[in-house]
Parts: sequence; structure tokens; C-alpha cells
Amino acid sequence: MGTKRLGKYSKKYSEYISAFGVVIIFYIIVQIMAAAHVLTSSFAGQLIPVCAYAIMAVSLNLTVGILGELSLGHAGFMSVGAFSGVLVYTNFSAFMPAWAAMLCAIVTGAVTAGVFGILVGVPVLRLSGDYLAIVTLAFGEIIKNLLNAMYLGVDSAGVHISFKDAASMKLAPNGKTLINGALGITGIHKASTFTLGIVLLLITLIVILNLIHSRSGRAIMAIRDNEIAAQSIGIDLTKYKLMAFVTSAVFAGVAGVLYALNYSTLVATKFNYNTSIQVLVFVVLGGMGNITGSVIAAAVLTVLPEILRVMKDYRMLIYSIVLIIMMIFNQGPQMIAWRKRFISKIRENHSTGKEEH
Amino acid sequence: MQFLGHLINGLSLGSVYALIALGYTMVYGIAKMLNFAHGDIIMVGSYVVFFLFAKSGINPVLAVMAAMGVCLVLGVTIERVAYKPLRGASSLAVLITAIGVSYLLEQVAQLAWTANPKNFKSIVTIPPISLFDGQLIFSGETIVTVIACVLIMVVLIWFVNNTKAGHAMLAVSEDRGAAQLMGVNVNATISLTFAIGSALAAIAGALLCSSYPTLTPMTGAMPGIKAFVAAVFGGIGSIPGAFIGGILLGIIENLSKAYISTQLSDAIVFLVLIVVLLVKPTGLLGKKINVKV
Repeated sequence: MGTKRLGKYSKKYSEYISAFGVVIIFYIIVQIMAAAHVLTSSFAGQLIPVCAYAIMAVSLNLTVGILGELSLGHAGFMSVGAFSGVLVYTNFSAFMPAWAAMLCAIVTGAVTAGVFGILVGVPVLRLSGDYLAIVTLAFGEIIKNLLNAMYLGVDSAGVHISFKDAASMKLAPNGKTLINGALGITGIHKASTFTLGIVLLLITLIVILNLIHSRSGRAIMAIRDNEIAAQSIGIDLTKYKLMAFVTSAVFAGVAGVLYALNYSTLVATKFNYNTSIQVLVFVVLGGMGNITGSVIAAAVLTVLPEILRVMKDYRMLIYSIVLIIMMIFNQGPQMIAWRKRFISKIRENHSTGKEEH
Repeated sequence: MQFLGHLINGLSLGSVYALIALGYTMVYGIAKMLNFAHGDIIMVGSYVVFFLFAKSGINPVLAVMAAMGVCLVLGVTIERVAYKPLRGASSLAVLITAIGVSYLLEQVAQLAWTANPKNFKSIVTIPPISLFDGQLIFSGETIVTVIACVLIMVVLIWFVNNTKAGHAMLAVSEDRGAAQLMGVNVNATISLTFAIGSALAAIAGALLCSSYPTLTPMTGAMPGIKAFVAAVFGGIGSIPGAFIGGILLGIIENLSKAYISTQLSDAIVFLVLIVVLLVKPTGLLGKKINVKV
């Protein structure tokens, strides 16, 4: 009994160590490269997106790998977080220190995305499988369309909002336009730093790994493995599904803030269906349910197109082939049976070889 | 009168959605999978028609038939190569593979034919009919699309209910294991379903691009997703349901474009899906399926 418990714990800690280790080693390598002046500008420009996409991949993995439901609207939560976070940062940084404004922006982004996660999750999680996937896709598109058509301004009379055009906001001449429809938010102060990205990624890993290894996490995985069996032993399906889904949305919002404050303009179409699929590719390539794998896949697939010209031109083509092949090899019943036969054959050869010696 | 005009445009768009939704609903009913790549098969079919008809000047009917052949082979190949190895795997895995196939088709099309939009020449040569001194115009495309859609639906219903292959389809959609035990060739039936659905996609593509003449590698993606919404709206697995769902969705989309907002029309269409799934998840004509342990 004692060794079994120890085995369980060592497995848990090895997951923590590998996840944190990868992030910290990545950080140290980048710092060394920067100190040695070998950091090319194109690579340096990818550092913050790498962190943002890693957070996205880890959070999506909670929904896809741990909860076992496919969300195709993850970029929608990123978008909501990005817009709310940037609005808070640009308005708050005028009267408070930059770090405090940044903190407010991240918290706002996280909370807004979380609220949207609840709004989307409560109706959506009653569905399952293909329906859930298509509805999350629909929500992602709705969020994109709404933000793309939204005009937001502020003047002495208060906040004005319109979904038609800039003129129908009826802004006073001294008013300030905050979101300008399809042009989005412009003139953003680039406040994100690589260190901040790494810190946020580590926080994401701590929270999500702790959730997975908690009682709640085991309940979520039980739902994934057999929903009816989980329900029959008294697991509250809605509660645990919502817990995973909303946590996932919250961190997508954090990633959105980090990502948006790295560029001077922010448009809603940046966070489209393609972005959701891209993050899904990271999760699938890293291994569904494997948190460290998500981080590595996000980093490699974000940096590689900058280094390899071929990867840049055929990026989406390669992604699509990765999705198909990974699925057929990892999930196809015949492939799984073939792999098992292959492995047992190797073991057999190995053991008979030993006996001969 | 203006309202009637929007309604007729909606009917035309809705018939295209209905044609696409027929393919979706058959595949979903029989293979129990959401074929995300269906919309992109439409795109491939449209390109074939474009190159044969607009570029080479071949008779439009022959061009559409050739496109049907190409799409049929493509659909069956996709099923054999990508979906068949995953039969019995989780629906999550099948769905991710289908998304991968959809992306693959879009990217290959982009490499082969570039992302530059092609100006699709309408395959319909029937002159428009105008009523009430030209206040109400039925374009040739609208007439052909609506007639083609109704005709295809009637033929499909007849096929499913009156032929041996059709009965095999019904049996597989009802209970795959039992159908196999009764001697139905499940793999052949699923292939046949993909073949029919993909051939219909070619017709849908030619008619879609005749009404909306910009052809890009992304042409099929959005109509594909909306047609799925239509299939769910009408009740997935039901052929008349796909027809009604498609027509209703086309009308809703056109009316919201006309009276609410062009930019938000997509959002409204997706809102319809969410409301339908929450209020009546089985759709208008769908059957309730109980999940067993």
C-alpha cells in the first residue's frame, strides 16, 4: 500500500517538475542568448507570443484532454480577455504605476473571460460531443462578429456604445474613441515583457496542474472516461464540467491580455477560428492531457515558422497533416491494437533473448 | 414587396444550404460523425466547374456532372483514408481528424489555385422572371436552385425508402451492429453515403457560386458550417428536416441582413443554432435518442 501511494505521488511530482523545468530552462536559455547577443530580432519578437500560446494550449488542454470535450471557440475567450485587458490598461496607466495597471488589466481580462466562460458554459455544457464543438465554434464567431462591429467611446457624458458606425455613438467632440469597429483598438502601449509572460505561464501551470491532481480534477477525468458511470457515483456533472471550462476560459483571457499588450493595434479578426484550430494543433501534437507536451508543442510550433522558411509557407498545410496523422496513429482502434502487438513482440524477443544468455 | 424580394433571396440561399445540409445529415445519420470537410468538398466541386465551364467552355451540365464525379471520388477517398481507421474511436478523435481534412483541402486548394478570388461565371442561362412590373424578380439562379433542391430531396427520399441500398442505409443508421449481423455491408453503405453526399456537394457548389460569384479556397467553409446549423435546426439525420432547416436558415439570414445588420447576420444565424439546441436539441423533425449504459 505504502509504495503504491508513493508511486502515485512521485508521478504527480514528476509532472510538476517536467512542466516547470521546461519553462524555466526555456527562460534561462533565452536570457543567456540575450546576454550573448545571439538573439535574432525575429526570434525575440516571438517570445511573448510563445508564452501566450503556451498558456492558451495548457488551458485548452484542460477542456480537450482532461474534460474530453472539444472547444472550437477558445480564441473567443482570448479575444474577450484581450479587449477588456487593453481597455483597462490604456485607461488606468494614466493615473497609476505601470505594474499596477498591468495587474488590473490581467485581472480584468481573466475575470471578463471567466464571466463569458460561465455565460457560454452553462448552456453549452448541457450538450456533448459534436454539438458542443459546433456551439463553441458558433460562440467564437459571435464574439468575433460582435467585437468587429462594436464602436465604443467615452466623453464627459459617459460611455457610448454602438454596433452600427462611429457616428451613431453620438460622441461629444472632446470624447475619445476606444474601440473603432473593425479597426479595433490602436495606439496600444506595448507593455508585455517576456519575464511577465513566463511568470503568467508558471501561474497557469501551478493552477491547472493543482486542479488536475485535486479531488475535483479526478472527478473531471471520471466524467471524461465515462459520463454515465461518473454520474451514477454522485459526481455533479454540470459543476465539474463548468469548473474545467471556466478555468480554461479564465487563462485564455490572461493569454489574450499578454498577447494584445505586445502589439500596438488590436483587431477582433486576429482571434478567429484559425487561431482556435492552431491552439488545438498544439494540444494534439503535445498529447491530449499532457500539460508539458502542450507547452513544448506551443513553443516549437510558434518559433519554428520563424526559423524555417518552409515551415512558414506551408504552416497550415503541415498543421492539418499533423492533426490527421496524430489522430489516426494515437486513437485508431486498429492502430492501437497494432502498436500493442508490436510492443509485446519486442518484449517477447527481449525476454527470450535474456533467457538464452 | 421589398420584403417579398428579401424572402425570395432567402429562399434561394436557403435552397443551397438545404442541398449542403442533405449531405451533412446523411453522413451524420449513418456514419455518426460530423464531416467538417463537407464544406470544402463544395469548394473543390466549384473549382472543377469553374475550370471546365468558364475556362474551357464545356457544356455546363457536363461540367457539373464531371464535378460530381470528382467530388464523389474525393469524398470516398477521404472516408477510406482518414475516417475509416478511426471507426470505433472517440467522437473527439474523429472530429479533430475531420477538422484536419477540412484544413488540408483548403490549404491544398490555396497552393494549387492561389488565394486570389476567381470570378465564377453563372452556369444558369434561364432568363429572370419579373412579376408586378419588375417589382419582384425571380433570377434564373433562384429558380434553378429551388427546383434542383426540391427534386434532389424527393429523389433521395424515394431512394432511401424504396431501394435495397437505401434500406441498408436506414438499417445502419438505426443500429450498426445489428445491421452487420443481418448481412448488411456496413463499410460499403458508409462509402455510398459519402459518395452521394459529396456528389450533391458538387451541385450545391455550382449553384452557390452561380448566385455568389466569388470563388476562393475558403468559399466552402462558412456555408458548410451554416449548412450544419441548418441540419441541426431541421433535426439531424432527417432528410426533410435538412430541407426545411436550410430554407428557414437562408430566410433568417437574408432578413437579418436586410433589417438588422449585415455585419451581425452571421452572429444571428449562430444564435439560432444555440437557441434551437437549448430549446429543442433534436431539431424540428429529429428523433430523440436515448443514451444507454
